[in-house]
Amino acid sequence: MPHDTSEQHHPHSLLPSDPALRVKALETLLVKKGLIDPKSIDEIINTYENKIGPQNGARVIANAWVDANFRDALLKDATASLASLGLSGRQGEHIVAVENTKATHNMVVCTLCSCYPWPLLGIPPSWYKSDAYRARAVREPRKVLSEFGVHLPEEMNVRVWDSTAEIRYLVIPERPENTAGWSEEELIKIVSRDSMIGTALVVVPT
Amino acid sequence: MRTKPEPVFEQPWHAELFALTVTLNEGGHFSWPEWAQRFGSTLKSHGLAKSLNGGDDYFLAWLDALESFLAGLGVAQVDELDVLKSAWIEAYSSTPHGAPVKID
Repeated sequence: MPHDTSEQHHPHSLLPSDPALRVKALETLLVKKGLIDPKSIDEIINTYENKIGPQNGARVIANAWVDANFRDALLKDATASLASLGLSGRQGEHIVAVENTKATHNMVVCTLCSCYPWPLLGIPPSWYKSDAYRARAVREPRKVLSEFGVHLPEEMNVRVWDSTAEIRYLVIPERPENTAGWSEEELIKIVSRDSMIGTALVVVPT
Repeated sequence: MRTKPEPVFEQPWHAELFALTVTLNEGGHFSWPEWAQRFGSTLKSHGLAKSLNGGDDYFLAWLDALESFLAGLGVAQVDELDVLKSAWIEAYSSTPHGAPVKID
C-alpha cells in the first residue's frame, strides 16, 4: 500500500509556537552578544534530562537508613554530608533534611515559585509547580496528602516546609518495617521521588 | 509504588528557557534569589486570572519574567527580541520542510 504522505507534506517548515519563537529569539540575541555559549545550554539540558534525578536522592535516603552515623550527620548538616557524596552545587547550596517519624510527617512545597533540591531530585514535576499544590499544601496539607493517597492517622503531626531560593528541603521517609536485612541497592529501588518531597510514603511493592 | 514516569521537560522550549536562565545566573547577570523573586511575582500575577497547571503556563510565566527582567537589566531589549523573532518566523516560512532552519 502506498504510504500516504499528505499529512506530512508541508511546503515549508512548521512554525514553532509563539513562546518557542520567543525563546529562540532570546537565545539568538544572547549568543550574538557573547553572553551565553550554546554548548553550555546543551550541556545543562543534557545534565537534567539524563544525569541528575531522584535516583541521587534515593541513594542518600538508603544510605541514611543503613548507616546511623550518616543519618545523624545528614540531619545535623545536610549540605556538608551531601557535599561529601559529591551532591552539591546548583540549587543545592543549602539543603536541610527533615525526617519522618511515627509522630511527624514532613512535606515540602515552594509557595513562591518552585525552589527544589536539584542535585538530589532533578527538575520538579508539574504538580509541584502548579498553583493548586503551591497554595493548598500549606492551607490544607492533610487533604492534599489524601489526594496523593497518603492517609495519616489523626494524631500524627504534619509539618509543611516552604522552600526558598536559599533553603531547600529533603524529606527522609520512614523505612518500611519489612525491609530488615535489605541491601542498600535494594532499598534505593523503593525510594520514590514523591516520598522525598513528602507526598508519598515508601512502601514495599507487593 | 512509583509515580508514572513523565518527561523532565514537556516541551523543548521549556528546557531551553530553563538552561538559558541557569547560564545567565552562572554568568553573574543576576543571583538566583533575585530571579526567584521576579519569577514568583510574575507567577502570582499570571495566577490571578486562572489557576496555573505547572506545565506550559508555568513556563510562559517564566518567559515573561525573564524577558522583563533582562530588559530591566539592559541585557536584552524588547525591540531587539522582536526583530529576531520576526527573522525566525520569516526563516521558518521560507525554508523548505526538512531543511535546517537558520537565520543570519
